[in-house]
Amino acid sequence: MTLPNQQVLSPKLYTRLFTTDHRIIGLQYLALALFSVTIGTLLSLVMRIHLVWPTWPLPLHGLILPEDYLAVVTLHGTIMLFFVLTTAPQAGFGNLILPSQLGARHMAFPVLNALSFWTTAAALITLLSSPLVPNGAAISGWTAYPPLSAVAAAGPGQGLGMDLWLVSISLFALASTASSINILTTIIRNRCPGLTWDRLPLTVWGWFTAALLSLIAFSVLLAALLLLFCDRHCGTGFFVPTGDLVNGVLHRGANGSPLLWLHLFWFFGHPEVYIAILPGMGLTSMLLANFSRRRPFAYRTMIYTTLLIGLLGLLVWGHHMFVSGLNPFASSAFSVSSIAIAIPATAKVLSWLATIWRAKPQYTTAMLFSLGFVSLFIAGGLTGPILAQPILDQYLNNTLFVVAHFHLIMAMAGVFGLFAATYYWFPQISAALGKPNLILSESLGRWHFWITILAAYAVFLPMHLSGLAGEPRHYAQLTTGSLTPTTALLARTIPANLHTTYSAFVLAAAQLLFFYNLVRTLLRGTPAPENPWQSTTLEWHPQFTNPFFPLPASDEETEKIIVYRDPCHYHAPPSGTIFIPQWMPDASIDPKPE
Amino acid sequence: MPATVTPNRVEPDRRHHLEDHDNGSGRRPPTDKRTGGGGDNDNWDRSRGNYGPRERLRRARMGVFFAIASDLMFFVAIVSTFFVNQSTGHINVYNQYVNDWTPTAVPRILWFNTLVLLISSLTMEMARRQMFREHDAMDEWLGLGKPITRRTIPWLIATIILGLAFLAGQWTAWRQLAAQHVFFRTNQSSHFFYLITGVHAVHLFLGIAILIAAFTGLYLSRQLETRQIIVDSASWYWHAMGLLWIFLFALLAFCQ
Ligand code: HEM
Ligand SMILES: [Cu+2]
Repeated sequence: MTLPNQQVLSPKLYTRLFTTDHRIIGLQYLALALFSVTIGTLLSLVMRIHLVWPTWPLPLHGLILPEDYLAVVTLHGTIMLFFVLTTAPQAGFGNLILPSQLGARHMAFPVLNALSFWTTAAALITLLSSPLVPNGAAISGWTAYPPLSAVAAAGPGQGLGMDLWLVSISLFALASTASSINILTTIIRNRCPGLTWDRLPLTVWGWFTAALLSLIAFSVLLAALLLLFCDRHCGTGFFVPTGDLVNGVLHRGANGSPLLWLHLFWFFGHPEVYIAILPGMGLTSMLLANFSRRRPFAYRTMIYTTLLIGLLGLLVWGHHMFVSGLNPFASSAFSVSSIAIAIPATAKVLSWLATIWRAKPQYTTAMLFSLGFVSLFIAGGLTGPILAQPILDQYLNNTLFVVAHFHLIMAMAGVFGLFAATYYWFPQISAALGKPNLILSESLGRWHFWITILAAYAVFLPMHLSGLAGEPRHYAQLTTGSLTPTTALLARTIPANLHTTYSAFVLAAAQLLFFYNLVRTLLRGTPAPENPWQSTTLEWHPQFTNPFFPLPASDEETEKIIVYRDPCHYHAPPSGTIFIPQWMPDASIDPKPE
Repeated sequence: MPATVTPNRVEPDRRHHLEDHDNGSGRRPPTDKRTGGGGDNDNWDRSRGNYGPRERLRRARMGVFFAIASDLMFFVAIVSTFFVNQSTGHINVYNQYVNDWTPTAVPRILWFNTLVLLISSLTMEMARRQMFREHDAMDEWLGLGKPITRRTIPWLIATIILGLAFLAGQWTAWRQLAAQHVFFRTNQSSHFFYLITGVHAVHLFLGIAILIAAFTGLYLSRQLETRQIIVDSASWYWHAMGLLWIFLFALLAFCQ
């Protein structure tokens, strides 16, 4: 097996591209996510423009019809949720950082790892080709509710476009399952000597729980996709009710129920949102602690809350179905379990706040983004228990209120977690590219942070209000255009909508700063000192940060990394802050000056 | 020592494993030994770290275990759909609530098939056990040919043949149903019959591919550990598919 360093520095494009080195695979995942997030953002701008100026013709396309709008919503949601928020935190940073944090030199199954990446890439290509086929991309949303998704005649894009969507997501589910098998086995079996379970950094716990959830959830999604495929092509009717009239055609014989799809889909869908956020939660705990020079408050409890959130996440899927139809008893049960998630979630928030309380933290860009994560998580989390009450959800379901909820708590918080990770781990990214220890510009980073967080709130806070006013989600041309009772009703929301669209442009533009920062640093950055953030976790061990570190020819001879303590040990003698990395033997710590 | 440093709890647990015949005198024979790894093992002062033969095997087994677990969830989802679909009715044109589920009679040959699959699990287990005979492993280590491969091959071939027989039997069962005009799209029950048996057959087909890969691996690979890993992983997958079939068959035969 080739060792990481040889592959990084290998001149051959082929070996670099189809590598089994986890760091390069991590970078490949991150590049895929960066590409996807760019497309997803452009699509969201198209939606925002259309909502306030419905007569604006999309270049190369023309007027945006309602079905076009739906196709854009579907692509946006699918790309963002699967190809950005599932790949980047879990597979991207998971590959780049996780093995080093375990003191391991490889993932458990390197070839499987490469296969997972290339399957994910194939899934993305399949999805992106769907707008190009006759009748365009699928229009049934990232949740693909039947009968819209089950009957090809239900709308434009529900023929070939929908099939491509199905293929793409099936590939994605397979790849994610393989990748989580890899992550779980690596965490359980590849930890370096001394790294016991209670010494694992909280980031590892985040990846671990998210991988467990993917393992369970994605196979259920795969089964649901298979059933849907049979409904579309093999004459079954698992999800189509008898006597359903779709586009003038009566569907008889089948005896299925769209609600069955909802159950299967949301059994996957809710864990999926936790897969997106758990790695970010773990990172936030570690970063707040590192820059406050403290241990995360209630470290052990944070491990348990991570696992508890994962467990409860499997039991709450019904809260997406209060309105679509659920036995009232089931509604109550799901309502209780959903509100129960607020308990471990609140415990997390309290731990974050207690960790930074009066700690005089160092406000680096990574720290700022972590604080932004906390802020967004609270802002979005507050509406969770509101939506989790069936009575209130009756009114709010399918309005922009829900859109505001999940964009704050998942989309924005998730992206802030990714930004924090990028600023914090950039030396690792650059090391994997063969240029060790480059740091992104902090001053540009600060501008990036402040504009992003203000614009994010400016975009999503007003959506609560227009949602309360009754503005539905997934609808085009509601607030403007011809005068109908709805337009009259929603006329009040026009100012809020305009404000949202302008803010969305600011939000997107702020990301150009980030791109500029990335490119400039990679091209002309100057190396920082080793372990620039004075971190205590293993990925900053000199063996991992220096790509030119001479590695011996075989695994068995590599210099051993041994862990002696849990992460986040700092103490502040008069001479300044001292941090004690996990790998430093007790003997080499100078006695505490009393 | 600074107060923030937690006492090292791993160190005192160090032990020497004399029962592993490890006297520290160079390379040890490739038998089933504890070599450390997984972070919390207590013998991590050994030089081989995570890369001993036993660790590779345990890692592969764990991967297979997780893969099977996720596959199980896949079948759980399909079987739940079966029960939901079976118990729901609909309102007909006379405004009556009816449930017209008509069970699909399970072809007789499937009983025979089940037996074949059970036996194949036994032969597979025999193949697996041959891989771990310490005596033969020592022989190989001493350079006395490949006794392990020689002993395993017949059992592996038997498993492949039995697996193919199962698939042939499955094919016959579908043909018999088709002769009675029961097709995939005929009714709700037949959807599930074909779906469940079909998906399981695909898994077995994959299983046979894996067995053939193991077969070639036995010939090509010179490293005993690698051969052990291939056969071991293949056999756990095969056992899981056999066990799963028992449940699926019971579902189709008795729960319709
Ligand atoms: C305090 C904890 C939370 C509670 C009680 C909660 C509750 C809910 C409820 C009841 C809905 C359904 C609203 C409707 O469709 O009418 C919902 C939607 C959603 N939530 Fe949460 N939530 C919580 C945390 C989260 C977190 C942590 C995430 C993501 C990381 C998240 C992401 C989403 C998403 C993506 C949707 C919308 C799905 C869709 O319909 O497309 N939620 N939430
Ligand atoms: Cu949910």
